[in-house]
Amino acid sequence: MMGLEAYVFSNIMTAALLAGAWLLVRVVRRQRLWREAAQQLWGRRKLAIIIVGIYLLIGLLDSVAWKGGVPEDSVGVLPNAPLTLIDRVFLGTLEASYSAPFAAVEFYGAMPLQRPGSHLFGTDILGRDVLYLSLKGARVALLIGGLTSLIAIPLALVFGVGAGYFGGRFDDFVFFLISTLASMPGLLLLIALIMAMGRDTLSVCVALGVTSWVGFCRLSRAETLKLRELDYVSAARALGVSELGIIVRHILPNLAHLIVITFVLMFSGLVLSEVVLSWLGIGVDGSWGQMIDGARNELSREPIIWWNIAAAGSALFGLILAVNIVGDGIRDVLDPRTRKSLS
Amino acid sequence: MSALLEVRNLRTVFPGESGPLPVVDDISFSLARGEVLALVGESGSGKSMTALSILRLVPKPGQVVSGEVRLAGEDLLRLPVTKMRRIRGARIAMIFQEPMTCLNPVVSVGAQVMEAIRLHDSINKIDARARTRELFVEVGIPDPDARLDAYPHHLSGGLKQRVMIAMALSMRPEVLIADEPTTALDVTVQSQILALLRRLQSDRGTAILLITHDLGIVNELADRVAVMYAGRLVEVAERKALLSEPLHPYTQGLLRSIPSRSRPGEPLPEIPGVVPPPHQWPAGCRFSTRCPIRFEPCAEVFPEQIRPAEGRRVWCHDVERSMRREGPA
Amino acid sequence: MSADGRAETSTLLRVSDLRTWYPIRRGLMRRQSGWVQAVTDVSFEIAPGQTFALVGESGCGKTTVGRSILRLETPLRGEVHFEGRDLLKLEPEAMRRARQHLQIIFQDPMASLDPRMRIRDQIAEGMKSFGIGASESERLERVRVMLERVQLDPETMDRYPHEFSGGQRQRICIARALAVEPRLIVCDESVSALDVSIQAQILNLLRELQDELGLSYLFITHDLSVVRYLAHQVAVMYLGKIVEQGPTERIFEAPAHPYTKALLAAIPSVDPERRGAAPRVLGDVPSPSDPPPGCHFHTRCEFVMDRCRAQVPPLFEIEGGRSRCFLAEDSDPSRSVAQNAPKSV
Repeated sequence: MMGLEAYVFSNIMTAALLAGAWLLVRVVRRQRLWREAAQQLWGRRKLAIIIVGIYLLIGLLDSVAWKGGVPEDSVGVLPNAPLTLIDRVFLGTLEASYSAPFAAVEFYGAMPLQRPGSHLFGTDILGRDVLYLSLKGARVALLIGGLTSLIAIPLALVFGVGAGYFGGRFDDFVFFLISTLASMPGLLLLIALIMAMGRDTLSVCVALGVTSWVGFCRLSRAETLKLRELDYVSAARALGVSELGIIVRHILPNLAHLIVITFVLMFSGLVLSEVVLSWLGIGVDGSWGQMIDGARNELSREPIIWWNIAAAGSALFGLILAVNIVGDGIRDVLDPRTRKSLS
Repeated sequence: MSALLEVRNLRTVFPGESGPLPVVDDISFSLARGEVLALVGESGSGKSMTALSILRLVPKPGQVVSGEVRLAGEDLLRLPVTKMRRIRGARIAMIFQEPMTCLNPVVSVGAQVMEAIRLHDSINKIDARARTRELFVEVGIPDPDARLDAYPHHLSGGLKQRVMIAMALSMRPEVLIADEPTTALDVTVQSQILALLRRLQSDRGTAILLITHDLGIVNELADRVAVMYAGRLVEVAERKALLSEPLHPYTQGLLRSIPSRSRPGEPLPEIPGVVPPPHQWPAGCRFSTRCPIRFEPCAEVFPEQIRPAEGRRVWCHDVERSMRREGPA
Repeated sequence: MSADGRAETSTLLRVSDLRTWYPIRRGLMRRQSGWVQAVTDVSFEIAPGQTFALVGESGCGKTTVGRSILRLETPLRGEVHFEGRDLLKLEPEAMRRARQHLQIIFQDPMASLDPRMRIRDQIAEGMKSFGIGASESERLERVRVMLERVQLDPETMDRYPHEFSGGQRQRICIARALAVEPRLIVCDESVSALDVSIQAQILNLLRELQDELGLSYLFITHDLSVVRYLAHQVAVMYLGKIVEQGPTERIFEAPAHPYTKALLAAIPSVDPERRGAAPRVLGDVPSPSDPPPGCHFHTRCEFVMDRCRAQVPPLFEIEGGRSRCFLAEDSDPSRSVAQNAPKSV
């Protein structure tokens, strides 16, 4: 991030992410086991997968920003600010203040709106289109869920698989680490970390990652302990495979189903955690959690301003529900116990 | 001796991708009072499923779809579930292959046997405990008083199996179904358990349906033998007759491939190929894919039951053809 | 081969005084309260092209012997000389390379194969680590050859283990072991989990491979009938010790140790004229963490004498092998001088 502007960094990360995703697809396509699992999943959970795909698309559209191309008279935007596609679609939709969905006038004072009847979810206190805010929140949610998992899971794997496979003092050390972390009140630790590291998205993700790897660490350690005793691991050793080779070629692939399932389930937990953080005032800017928190006061107004919280809440609910349904489907398809075997 | 247990045309199916698969296909046999009948077969033969079908314990999604199972005349398949439950454990009892998984690890073995007793008999705990102790003595558990309060993990495999036998026999059932009772045990312990079953059987006159793949065990315990292959019966005969003069090629192949029967230095006679899975069963004789004397009708037409001699039944086109030439044996 | 069964030609594997004991740790401080005496002072030799059977029931330590030789377990002491070197003293990398000629086939064919790897990759894995086959295509060709050798269709090489039957999976394991050109294969209960008709196929295959390639086998099993067909030499184990050893035929025709006799008597015969033999051992196998004092077998022996409870019998030389039993003492030529004098008749 030195010398790079934030939006350029974000563009690069997005490109890297897409490249990584494409590689993953290639790997899955090559292995028949994974290919068949993916096909089965698609067959069973089409709708949920499509919904998650829509969220992903929206997040993607909000991830690539560039400067320029902004008309001179745009309200509320600096002329040289980097704007994403979503930003540009909603350019010029700024109103003065609250307005109800599809309304033609402002909520208080009945002043006519710039774009009457075109705000699907109305506008917020600053006059910003609520639909626009909800769409932008998608990217934040995906980052919180996805990026954090990408931090937490490798961390958990390194410690968990290492402890389970090698045992001895490393295991004792990891056990000590886990017990210590688990004994601390998670929320307080989280707050302390965020206070220390800053409130930007990356810091919050790192803080969340550091406080949520313990569960999967235990799980991967337990599973590794079990796998380590299996005959095919001994067979690999007898075939001259090095210990590292065994971990990479035999242990990790047999943990893959757990990794995928954990990733998906962690995702929803993390997004919901961020809502709580927002309520405490340390959430990520632009997240649905912040919208919901900000809308608290509005609910006590007379008459009620409900569209803010409704939009954010529905968007949140939609993503979490879809992710959980897909996650359930993945578990059914990948778990060797519930999978239909051919023997 | 009248038939105590009569199984007629029993059929149990499991759902398959292209229709239901009959893993127990038209099985008929009878078990007389005090007799030991061995049901022999390898994995995939359907022998365990037959036993479970008799007790109506077939795991979902399988189900018994037709046939009769008559215990002293009464068809068990048509009884209401509550009545069936009273029969299970009391009139027909079952012991399984893995005593480890059949005993609750957090309850003492004495308590488990007592629970089985008190399920069927309304006696108080003190009497139940006394009866359990007697049973432990009868099945040869040393130091029975101490063992009443022992937990399963304190006991060896042989002792656990003795506890299972005690539990099964506690209500003096008329029929005992033993599903591979010694497969998980060491061979010296196995000989003890077999001797125990022999003794109990002659003392109490219990009829035993013995399910096994080991022809040696069959020779030790059984009076009559029924051989199953891929869900169907292929041969039924009295023990000596089957072991000295097997008629069905599968039985012959099984006997020949036992290593102790061959001479070192020559290759072991083997049955080539593998048991076909249910969705690949041929329309005719299911053994035809591996049979050394397979000829024209075998793969297409299922052989009818033949009675080559008193008390013998075979399902084989070749035996049928020899009989027609020479007359019944 | 000499009359007592020990090979006079070069020895492929020589195990000397192997001891593998596991510490039992109890309590908060994890203090050691005893040992699980899995393998105690085991010695034997295997010549090239020979099958040596290690027989016994559960807890006798036979599997631990096999695993200790490959250093899949860590012996407390002893020597394992293979191809002239003591495997137990090798550095990890040297041991890894030594493993090429010493392979193992396990009991459960399902657990021995990685469910998420195609079988071609599993057969090729050993080749890669030992540098056999210069290129990917060469290795692939070798995989094909191996599959044919174990009578499997090479076209199935892209499939996963669960798509094969138990017997076929065991053939895949054999192919995997053969691919690295071993000299000795440890068969750890390799046919015990298979149906009788499939067992015969696998045993025949093992015999053929031995004749064709000059392989040696350390055949570990509890099934004596399989032993008779395949083995040249047999050693019977009980609670971690070898109690009798000798050429196969002698063991079966004239067993010397009471445990061997009981083991043979316990095998149910398929001869319709023979049934109903009374069991010749009482009680259950004691635990290897608390073996009986003196002769380990004395608690179940039908010939037990007073001295058996107190003294540990050494392995005595007998006609056709060795037996760890005081009953064999008198026939031991090396003991006759010491024993004859004070004894009253």
